[in-house]
Amino acid sequence: MEIGKNRRRVDAWAKVTGTAKYTADLYPANCLTAKVIRSTIANGRVVSMDVREALKVPGVVKIVTCFDVPDIQFPTPGHPWSVEKSHQDIADRKLLNERVRVYGDDIGAVIAEDELAAEKAARLVRVTYETYEPLLSVEAAMAPEASRIHEEKPGNIVASSGFKIGEGDFDRLKEDGGLIYVSGTYTTQSVQHCHLEVPVSFAYMEAGRIVVVTSTQIPHIVRRVISQALGMDMGKIRVIKPYVGGGFGNKQDVLYEPLNAFLATLVGGRPVKIELSREETLGCTRVRHAITFKLEGLADKEGNLIARRFTGYSNQGGYASHAHAIMANAANIFKQLYQDKGVLESKSYTVYTNIPTGGAMRGYGIPQGDFGTEAFIEDMAWAVGMDPLEFRLKNCMKAGYKDPHLGIACYSYGLKDCMEKGRAYIHWDEKREAYAHQTGPVRRGVGMAIFCYKTGVHPISLETASCRMILNQDGSMQLQMGAAEIGQGADTVFTQMAAESTGISAEKIHIQTFQDTDVSPFDTGAYASRQTYVSGKAIRKTGLLFKSKILAYASEKLHIPGDGMDIRDDAVVDKESGDILLTLGALAEEAFYSLDHSVHITAEATSHCKDNTFATGACFVELEVDIPVGKIKIRDIINVHDSGRLINPKLAEAQVHGGMSMGLGYALGEKLIIDDQGRPRNADLLDYKMPTAMDTPDLHAAFVEIADETGPYGNKALGEPPAIPVAPAVRNALLHATGIHFNALPLDPQTLVERFMKEGLIETEGTAYV
Amino acid sequence: MYDLKNIYYPESPEEAVRMLEADENSVLVCGGTDVLIRIREGRLAGVSLVSLNDMRELKRMERESDGTIHIGPAVTFSALSDDPLIREYLPPLGEAAGTVGGPQIRNMGTIGGNICNGATSADTASMLKALNARLVLLGSGGEREISIHDFYTGPGRTVRRREEVLTDIRVAREDYEDMYGAYIKYGKRDAMEIATLGCAVLARTDTDKTHIRDIRIAYGVAAPTPIRCFQTEEALRGRPIDAALFARLRRDVLSEVSPRSSWRASKTFRIQLVKELGERALRQALARAGVPDILKGGGGHA
Repeated sequence: MEIGKNRRRVDAWAKVTGTAKYTADLYPANCLTAKVIRSTIANGRVVSMDVREALKVPGVVKIVTCFDVPDIQFPTPGHPWSVEKSHQDIADRKLLNERVRVYGDDIGAVIAEDELAAEKAARLVRVTYETYEPLLSVEAAMAPEASRIHEEKPGNIVASSGFKIGEGDFDRLKEDGGLIYVSGTYTTQSVQHCHLEVPVSFAYMEAGRIVVVTSTQIPHIVRRVISQALGMDMGKIRVIKPYVGGGFGNKQDVLYEPLNAFLATLVGGRPVKIELSREETLGCTRVRHAITFKLEGLADKEGNLIARRFTGYSNQGGYASHAHAIMANAANIFKQLYQDKGVLESKSYTVYTNIPTGGAMRGYGIPQGDFGTEAFIEDMAWAVGMDPLEFRLKNCMKAGYKDPHLGIACYSYGLKDCMEKGRAYIHWDEKREAYAHQTGPVRRGVGMAIFCYKTGVHPISLETASCRMILNQDGSMQLQMGAAEIGQGADTVFTQMAAESTGISAEKIHIQTFQDTDVSPFDTGAYASRQTYVSGKAIRKTGLLFKSKILAYASEKLHIPGDGMDIRDDAVVDKESGDILLTLGALAEEAFYSLDHSVHITAEATSHCKDNTFATGACFVELEVDIPVGKIKIRDIINVHDSGRLINPKLAEAQVHGGMSMGLGYALGEKLIIDDQGRPRNADLLDYKMPTAMDTPDLHAAFVEIADETGPYGNKALGEPPAIPVAPAVRNALLHATGIHFNALPLDPQTLVERFMKEGLIETEGTAYV
Repeated sequence: MYDLKNIYYPESPEEAVRMLEADENSVLVCGGTDVLIRIREGRLAGVSLVSLNDMRELKRMERESDGTIHIGPAVTFSALSDDPLIREYLPPLGEAAGTVGGPQIRNMGTIGGNICNGATSADTASMLKALNARLVLLGSGGEREISIHDFYTGPGRTVRRREEVLTDIRVAREDYEDMYGAYIKYGKRDAMEIATLGCAVLARTDTDKTHIRDIRIAYGVAAPTPIRCFQTEEALRGRPIDAALFARLRRDVLSEVSPRSSWRASKTFRIQLVKELGERALRQALARAGVPDILKGGGGHA
């Protein structure tokens, strides 16, 4: 049995010895370097670009400006294409933009023999702008007098949505009295993915076609978007994805591949590379959307949730990218995680501004939504005077829950088990009591948060995945997936799944990690938490087909009916006795070279997934806060996940650790700081405060393993969920420790100190402290 | 890739001075953890470097018979922290050097580079101020020895001329003997940090450990340059070690610091840290001096 086994990563050896090839390891000889010329304003228009001085720099080959690109607007998000026009992604940018909408917007590109020449030339380009007032907040962009960031969107609202569940009216229930009313505004900040490998690609032409090698999560989508952006036939474009050093959603956007392809066409097809700096990655790619939640709720004295009202404002930044899908997702968790006895009213807006563009990032709006939801639920429990864990148990999503709009359901349910497991681990009841009435400069608290997360994107978008299995002469298998390994361990669990479904041992399955759109079957890529679920179904389907083809050949040769045989441990065996009838090596050799009947046994299948299911979980935190200096120390933290059956428990645990670390950065310090001109101030890893190893406590992961009937191997989402509940759990533990409701992320030291001063927890008189 | 014109490798400090004089476009590098960043950012693009990285003469650590300690400016932070002389006589300086950046930076960056860079946030600078360090600068006209108190002239600025080489850092016996100290670096995270505030305290007690005999308080990032709080020190000298001592410190240092608001940290926040870190560093210094139960009165860890 391969499922549930702690198999070592199939790429571990190649990665730790440095033989795994990433994009930058593959630059061809004679490769030119391109550097993007970036705007030094956040809102305005390029009037002219004087490149004369820049062209004089030795080594400069060509300079392209925003006036030289095709007049084609294209979309960038890594969504499956929609055949319905109304559902298609917003096409709101060109390869280079004359109309500047973000600081550092792509307004030109220098192609040079080397990086230094390109950089030097880029600095020498003289740009004249027509400058407009940068619109940095949702309020500023929605104001009646605000200028239009995109001509197509008057009022700067990218999209809005709303719904109501239940009968009645929130305001009436509120006026009727007798209920406890709670309201609050909760805000989250822009943060960046900080994947280890920066966005990097190179492109060249070969036999009239364009080849783009790129670090992406979505090779097949990159191909489609290049085709759209350049107005070029899709068949003439080939995209190759080598090993990838992380993406977390930033590479679920088509970033610079279309520009790179375009530049290669301008230099006779000679290879051109674009490798972003860390600073460009932080300031000029995508961020997690900053979202503001205005929340209201009504509960009765027994702690029943009666009604809630949700208003969300998502700061989109300059370009639509994934746009309102993020905000809508955030609104969904507010709806799905708790049910109101009365009514839920919900309204959401996604608004163009001139800050860095929001895109996909691990959790896709749910970390924001969960912060709002779980901070607010905590505050409701506080107002009711009820233990927040009990309040959650009483009101949270129940087994069998089904989303009234999307139809997504809990086909397996472990949320309450997760809560009980976390409760026991952290000694919730004892510590809630023990830390209830503290004084002094150092205080402790325990807090928690729960979440739910839909595994894939059905029925909002198409879910399709393909797999190909090829028998080798020695009875081993080449496994080709359209789905992408990006560091998360996909290739390893795919190998385990293929072994499980074919009877070929994992050691004899050779997965092709490079996706090559000329060869690899179609899959939309690594995003959502879909691959083990959606692409896993394709493996299962293909595996069964592959197995039946092998058995058919064995049947022909052995004159035994196929249904009396099976494949186990690389051999065709008698189904009943398990006796070996024929090794796969012998069978394959015969199949390839038989003078009687030669056949190359392969199988390929597409799985169009029309299922979706909720994964859930909880985070429990114990912290200590040093009030006079505003520092939080995490004393203990655990994430408990209900993710169905685990394919590889060790990898699952590692996935949880990574997500928790990301969640702690979100909670405690990460924030892209934008100044009043729309310029990111801390677009570097010194001032962008990602936690280091020294800041990271021991991370604990636990699971309640309940097989999900809709998962191909009983599995459901785990890729994104670990990052979701950490920030609200930390916030709620801080509330327990100090009695102060912090409603804005991050909980950085300065924010804490200034608030503690305001609340009287820090003496503000210099002389008073004794 | 770095936009460098030339790199020179002088054999001696004298040759380094000559090379700096010969090439107006050249700057010294000794570790490079700051200089190379400036080159990469384009602020020093096209510059030539005169490298002191491997100059053994500038890595000497010595203690003279009169007790004066000589610190080679090209000694890396990690070598400094591990040096037997530092461990025996100047442990607080080793502690300060151990808070710089991360292991890789500490293996490259040097104490001389740290102070010549002129940054108020330099972790070793405030401790060297507390130690009344003296600096020897070699120029074309010969050597000059100055106090570190006369070294800094503004943010990123010092009295060192471009063609001068820092050849020695000296600490006299009376500045460390019987002195116990602590350096607290406050960053928003626990590694890979630039100090939001740094506080260096040295203290000497009387023999029964009830009174302050001598005290030095220095801060980084509390002003445009590293500073000493001489007036506060004067006011605290001779005082009994009690709650009033710390209250006085917290009050008095405020008149000597001038932190500013920036997008990195607000003035309000930095002032709170000035008070809190001053008290905590003094408590730690006194604990090391053998004053019993002194850590209990303050807040937690910083």
